[in-house]
Amino acid sequence: MDFKYSQEQTMLKDVVDRFVADNYSAEQRATLANTELGHSDSHWQTFADMGLLALPFAEALGGMEGSAVDVALVMESFGKGLVLEPYIPTVILAGGLISTLGNDQQQASLLGNIMAGKMKAAFGYCEPQSRFNPADVETSASPAGSGYILNGHKSIVWHGPSANKIIVSARTSGTPRSKEGISLFILDPNAEGVTRLNTRTADGQGASDLLLENVQIDADDLLGEEGKAYPAIERALQAAISAVSAEAVGAMEATNEITREYLKIRQQFGTALSNFQSLQHRTAEMYSEVEMSRSMSEALAMRLRDSDNDNNNDSHIGDEDTLPAQTTAATKVRIGKAATFIGENSVQLHGGIGMTNEYVIGHYYKRLMMIDILFGDQDYHSRQYEQLIYG
Amino acid sequence: MELKFSQEDLEFKKEVRQFFENKLPADIKDRCERGLVIPKEMQVRWQKILFDQGWMAPNWPVDEGGTGWSLTQKYIFAQEAAAACAPPPMPFGVNMIGPVLIKYGTEAQQQKHLPNILNSDTWWCQGYSEPGSGSDLASLKTKAVKDGNDYVINGQKIWTSYAQYADMMFCLVRTDPDAKKQEGISFLLIDMNTPGIEVKPIIGLDLNHTLNEVFFTDVRVPIENLVGEENSGWTYAKSLLEHERSFIARVANSKQLLVRLKQIASTQRIGDNLLINNPDFRRKLTAVEIDLMALEYSELRFLAKQMDGGQLGPEPSIMKLEGSQIQQRLKKLLVESLGMYALPFDADARADESDYLAMGPEHAHGILDQHFYGRSATLVGGTSEVQKNVISRLLMKR
Ligand SMILES: Cc1cc2nc3c(=O)[nH]c(=O)nc-3n(C[C@H](O)[C@H](O)[C@H](O)COP(=O)(O)OP(=O)(O)OC[C@H]3O[C@@H](n4cnc5c(N)ncnc54)[C@H](O)[C@@H]3O)c2cc1C
Repeated sequence: MDFKYSQEQTMLKDVVDRFVADNYSAEQRATLANTELGHSDSHWQTFADMGLLALPFAEALGGMEGSAVDVALVMESFGKGLVLEPYIPTVILAGGLISTLGNDQQQASLLGNIMAGKMKAAFGYCEPQSRFNPADVETSASPAGSGYILNGHKSIVWHGPSANKIIVSARTSGTPRSKEGISLFILDPNAEGVTRLNTRTADGQGASDLLLENVQIDADDLLGEEGKAYPAIERALQAAISAVSAEAVGAMEATNEITREYLKIRQQFGTALSNFQSLQHRTAEMYSEVEMSRSMSEALAMRLRDSDNDNNNDSHIGDEDTLPAQTTAATKVRIGKAATFIGENSVQLHGGIGMTNEYVIGHYYKRLMMIDILFGDQDYHSRQYEQLIYG
Repeated sequence: MELKFSQEDLEFKKEVRQFFENKLPADIKDRCERGLVIPKEMQVRWQKILFDQGWMAPNWPVDEGGTGWSLTQKYIFAQEAAAACAPPPMPFGVNMIGPVLIKYGTEAQQQKHLPNILNSDTWWCQGYSEPGSGSDLASLKTKAVKDGNDYVINGQKIWTSYAQYADMMFCLVRTDPDAKKQEGISFLLIDMNTPGIEVKPIIGLDLNHTLNEVFFTDVRVPIENLVGEENSGWTYAKSLLEHERSFIARVANSKQLLVRLKQIASTQRIGDNLLINNPDFRRKLTAVEIDLMALEYSELRFLAKQMDGGQLGPEPSIMKLEGSQIQQRLKKLLVESLGMYALPFDADARADESDYLAMGPEHAHGILDQHFYGRSATLVGGTSEVQKNVISRLLMKR
């Protein structure tokens, strides 16, 4: 048992921490968020140069062979600065799917471009009726010639606006909510028949809805085997939940630090707010929420790393009887609860200043609130967890 | 004990309902129902309709333009107004400064200001909070020094809601720097067009502009604009805060939020079912509905106590505390009801510039604006922490 980082991991963490400290002050972030792109292509190139865009991919493909633990430590640093670049959608979701399902040709061309920072990508798996269920796919893909015709509506594609390619799920067979019969396609968002509606999410990141009307897809752009994509989707979402949980831990820690500093400085009734016991208790609770979250996040990252490496559950401390899916659901629930508590209380403890767009705490609050919803909220994942136990 | 409307009450309810059905403009109703900020033009247009009906100031004495309604009738009116999604009148004029002037104002002040408050020709703002004085309001520093027939004001207010629209501000200033902090404060009426006043916008979490900073540099305010006695301003300010607190439970408004939540949950799909049938969602909805019911019966019980001439102690603070939490829970459930469509937010103010309005269900527009602004419910009018201090102080004294 060991919760320490290796020497290489400590080095990686230092490099990313330094990047965030240098480039993601509140002012720098606000300036970036207000640009049309909403993030920085030059930062993206820096990520490529640092090897972050190659982190989770196999060495044989030109990657760094990093694990979920490595990704988590990067994401935690990103969370501290509320980094805006589309790392999870491009590297973890789209990249993860291509590296598990792609054929040689797809891996070479797409992953090569992603690792070089030349391509951003996204994953469209939600639909208006699907809420958080990735098996709920009504978008259809019918065979046409050697390829397919897509029709349907993919919703809230995270970082869709800046994506050069979007992987979308569509049904090639089976009933609407069946896990069987789901296929993945590599979509050019500028293809004929695609309407991409773009907006920002509350935390300043991009999101798109895709309206697909008789969109023609070449056979070459089918990702993986027809109708068999669900397990890979589930696996990619687990990796994304692990990444976003680590991000939340970083963001919560920063939120708590900023809040405690504010309470020490802000004077009311002739004394610092930090001298009021009710507020001291609140900060203690907020602190304890992050600690619980960090434990879950780190355990999940190790769990996913080890289940990638070998499938023997028995060897995993604390997890002997559970599946990675269960740890994932539990982590998302616990972190959603903590993120909500910390986000809302950080605004409350700041008073009026916490209600402004200019001051930084509101942006942490919004990101934490979005993370609670992203990839499924507490209700959804509690049900997932229950189902794994009770069926 | 009796908990029934009389025949007259029921008649009255019908009349009020009909009024809202016939007179509330559809564009205003729509924004109010979505929880979006109501622009000044709409707010004034609606308040003038209320004025024409004679219903602008139910809490004022009849002689000054009040309605003479019983407490039950006022309750009915508030319920119907919220159920119809009618924006409540801006509180600063009719609910805050109006009653203060009626109680403490000079004849001249009353004649000058009350009619314009009633017909909404004058827009008021509340200049209490300062950068260094929020919860500890009595520590305020904005200074007023007598010079001839004027007070000369220097200092700064902050969080002044809608000051950008205001013609007048009621303002707390320090007139005696040496007295105990509550005893050196005066209550002034300030014309916002006076030279030396600068209003700067603060953009909120909802990306709207409702908040402001107001700077005073050698602003001359005639002595006749002093309300009551010099250095007694804290008494008037407190009477007004108490008024604010008892109206801030917003039961009627929360009931309307609940209706809207149920409507939305009944259309929001979740696979081949509807959200309203999801047991997790339903349980949370029911929990808040039950808490709201308890809040409403408490409001009725406390009203009845007042009708019988009873004095209220911690009750207004309890109502504020519970009421604000219930509002926030309802607004959060509205957000949750949207599922992934809770993520997009381009704010009403910027919505036209992106595809935001074209995405997602039509009812999503406004829900996040309302939720973000609603985080302030536990801050304004005395924060939740301060309410608890007030309540426990009163209890321990007994
Ligand atoms: C949307 C909005 C609209 C507003 N409109 C107006 C307006 O029109 N006019 C106006 O004058 N003001 C207005 N205000 C200001 C409002 O009244 C203040 O924000 C409020 O009084 C709190 O003061 P503060 O913001 O300085 O917070 P602070 O007083 O600094 O409080 C910060 C935190 O410390 C806590 N705290 C403070 N003292 C104690 C204590 N003794 N024990 C325990 N906890 C404590 C508070 O509860 C809060 O959580 C508005 C505020 C908002 C957010």
